Amino acid sequence: MELDIVDLSRLQFAITALYHFLFVPLTLGLSVLLAIMETVYVMTGRDIWRQMTKFWGVLFGINFVMGVATGIVMEFQFGMNWSYYSHYVGDIFGAPLAIEGLMAFFLEATFVGLFFFGWDKLSRLGHLAATWAVAIGSNFSALWILIANGWMQNPVGAAFNPQTMRMEVNDFAAVLFNPVAQAKFVHTVSAGYVTASIFVLGVSAWYLLKGRHLELAKRSLTVAASFGLASALSVVVLGDESGYLSTEHQKMKLAAIEAMWKTEPAPAAFTAIGFPDQEARKTHYAVHIPWVMGLIGTRSLTTEIPGIEELVQHAETRIRSGMVAYAALQEIRAAGSDAAIPEAARTAFEENGMDLGYALLLKPYLDDPAQASDEQIAKAAWDTVPNVPTLFWTFRIMVGLGFFFIALTAVFFYLSARHQLDRYPWLLRVAVFAIPLPWIAAECGWIVAEFGRQPWIIEGVLPTAAAVSNLGAATVLATIVGFSLIYSVLFVVEMVLMLAAIRKGPEADHAPRTRLAPPSLAPAE
Amino acid sequence: MVLHELLDYQTLRVIWWLLLGVLLIGFAVMDGFDLGTGMLLPFVGRNDVERRVVINTVGPVWEGNQVWLILGGGAIFAAWPPLYAVSFSGFYLAMFAILFALILRPVGFKYRSKRESAAWRNGWDWALFVGGLVPALVMGVAVGNVLQGVPFRFGTDLRIFYDGTTLFELLNPFGLLCGLLSVAMLVMHGASWLVLKTEGAVAERARRYGAAAAIATIVLFALGGIWLWLGIDGYRITSAVVTDGPSNPLAKTVERASGVWFENYGNHPWMMIAPVLAFAGALANLALQKAGREIVPVLASGLSILGIISTVGLSMFPMILPSSLDPKSSLTVWDASSSHLTLFIMLVVTAIFIPLIVAYTSWVYHVLWGKVDEKAIRDGSGHAY
Repeated sequence: MELDIVDLSRLQFAITALYHFLFVPLTLGLSVLLAIMETVYVMTGRDIWRQMTKFWGVLFGINFVMGVATGIVMEFQFGMNWSYYSHYVGDIFGAPLAIEGLMAFFLEATFVGLFFFGWDKLSRLGHLAATWAVAIGSNFSALWILIANGWMQNPVGAAFNPQTMRMEVNDFAAVLFNPVAQAKFVHTVSAGYVTASIFVLGVSAWYLLKGRHLELAKRSLTVAASFGLASALSVVVLGDESGYLSTEHQKMKLAAIEAMWKTEPAPAAFTAIGFPDQEARKTHYAVHIPWVMGLIGTRSLTTEIPGIEELVQHAETRIRSGMVAYAALQEIRAAGSDAAIPEAARTAFEENGMDLGYALLLKPYLDDPAQASDEQIAKAAWDTVPNVPTLFWTFRIMVGLGFFFIALTAVFFYLSARHQLDRYPWLLRVAVFAIPLPWIAAECGWIVAEFGRQPWIIEGVLPTAAAVSNLGAATVLATIVGFSLIYSVLFVVEMVLMLAAIRKGPEADHAPRTRLAPPSLAPAE
Repeated sequence: MVLHELLDYQTLRVIWWLLLGVLLIGFAVMDGFDLGTGMLLPFVGRNDVERRVVINTVGPVWEGNQVWLILGGGAIFAAWPPLYAVSFSGFYLAMFAILFALILRPVGFKYRSKRESAAWRNGWDWALFVGGLVPALVMGVAVGNVLQGVPFRFGTDLRIFYDGTTLFELLNPFGLLCGLLSVAMLVMHGASWLVLKTEGAVAERARRYGAAAAIATIVLFALGGIWLWLGIDGYRITSAVVTDGPSNPLAKTVERASGVWFENYGNHPWMMIAPVLAFAGALANLALQKAGREIVPVLASGLSILGIISTVGLSMFPMILPSSLDPKSSLTVWDASSSHLTLFIMLVVTAIFIPLIVAYTSWVYHVLWGKVDEKAIRDGSGHAY
């Protein structure tokens, strides 16, 4: 298959976004864990907690710079590869990104320097404040990014302006308090907390198995297990909140996750396992659990959840309405001045304007969507179905892992409460091997969220295919190769340094000496 | 919601044009000295300890400084979406080169001293050099191309089309001159920073490179001005100027003519302050370095950078991104902004947070005040890189 510019641009975004998110969750969670550990240090004055903060801080630092390095790519890429998207929704989408910089990332990045360099330059409380600033900054950063992403899933508070040919904000509070964004924020940061907890849990378990750094490992395990348990419960419960919201806003995504081809009588059954077949439009060897789907999706026993085929019918209606809007828009644009717009076109656009994006789904088939044939409309309507098997499986992997994390952290929480952390070596081994799992769950989560939104880049507003820059395929291919090369090399380097730092363990740390003068004023030798 | 109409659309656009300048200058001044330090690293540090001294002068602050760039990108996206869309995709490969270099930088700072191997450390030193040089050079080249006009046009649905803006076509003589100017001014600034933060041989070498860079800045800025005067056409709006209309770049007509980039200075002589500051700052930097001063040269090079960037912005006003392919597609202050409401909201947010950022950044610099010496590196105190 020959890759066109849309596929290549999507591939590049997928590679760089999934790669970026290898580092983000650990930053989110570990920053909070560091702040907690240092708070204990400041409150109790016991040096072991200071040593823990420093040790996990080293690992945090190795990970943090990778997040910074790959984050810039994310921000620039919208303009580089998705220029029509940037023009079309920049009025809304740009604001949270800019506010993220102003409110969150500046705080995080400015104080992270003091976290590493400020141990001898700041008072205990001063340094603790810097650590909390890093934690708060990184978490606020996630909030603004997810407000931006939430808007792509549920574009509220904006309307299309024919004069500027773009979406413009009309209710900023709606963008801010978008329920999808709020649910995603809590779900994502909790996932970050789980990732960091499992990481700390696994590394500490390895130390216990090796009989090294026992004081540090046991305390770290206790913190990670309790924080991890609370977070893992929150991820699953709030993931359920996301599921509930997607039935309101993204019915197609939910139907695809469940491989629910036809609308079923309420309460719908949950397909625990099966083999969805996109071509045949059915799921082979499906194992159903009665009622569960209806309960998760609607929190009632009587509300129906529409299946894929019914949703395609809805899409077809909206495409036809969008065609009317598209034709009216051409007349409005051609009129030149506001007064010259024919009344019929104005009315037609007012009535059908919200479906304009659906007309753009026809663009791959013909240049002027208003002229589409019934066959083309039917094809475009079926294009609104995302890749069902991918969503079906990634969702199940994510949820399965979520329950596993609850079990794992609960077990260690129990053992920690009974002071028996090292009683079952096999459990410690499980914890070590569990280290990569949160990353798999998080990446699956993003695939469900973003792949499940296809063919839309902005749900119901702008199709992905219409959003790309008019670049040459060879150009984008070249940058994909470039990013892949540097990312692969850096991944190896990062892993080597991370493993070396873990193997080396905490450095011997002396309590800060009392200083009479700052080092800069100390007499030269 | 009518609160945003307290400020009219035209005023908001001018404010956001100013803020665009503030952010770019903030980036060039704040991140500029650590880009410059990166470029100087292999030359002013002759052995491992000296290089670690150099890296540790920016070690605790480069992360915060780089946010000026990230904020700049975000603010252009939010306040000037067509500018963000056209420039980032039009300069695609140039942007990729910048990103590639900026990926190396954070990693280089952090990972370099984590292993003892000389080859490993030397490799990262050159990565940090590239990480400083490439963004400085390419951003300068990009500005040089903006002054000449960029080959893009809008389709009827405001989709953007380009005509051959490959990386190599950007590297035309005037573009390269601007690129070199950008490198020279950031090396001047970085060298001044190193003089402030180091002592002994490193500071002495930095002083010498800084003097050369200050002279190069003055010469290249003068040459650029003469070239612009003699050989480069500017762009001006020829239709009636509507300052508060919808952001539709196709609603105007534009012509390309010689001397346009100097018209503003004739009409508003106060604008001459920008080029004067550019020269005066660099000259003062040179003189104060010679006099052995340490703090004020950094301020002088910062003012020179402010003058140089302001000169470009003021010369082009109200143009932001002229199109050589289809002049009427050019982006101006009056037709490339976000909506009235978005500009207002972003202004409120900016007015709240920029003072906070300046306050805590100042506090961090205050805490970190003082020279980085070789003893601190050998002790490993303060978690040196």
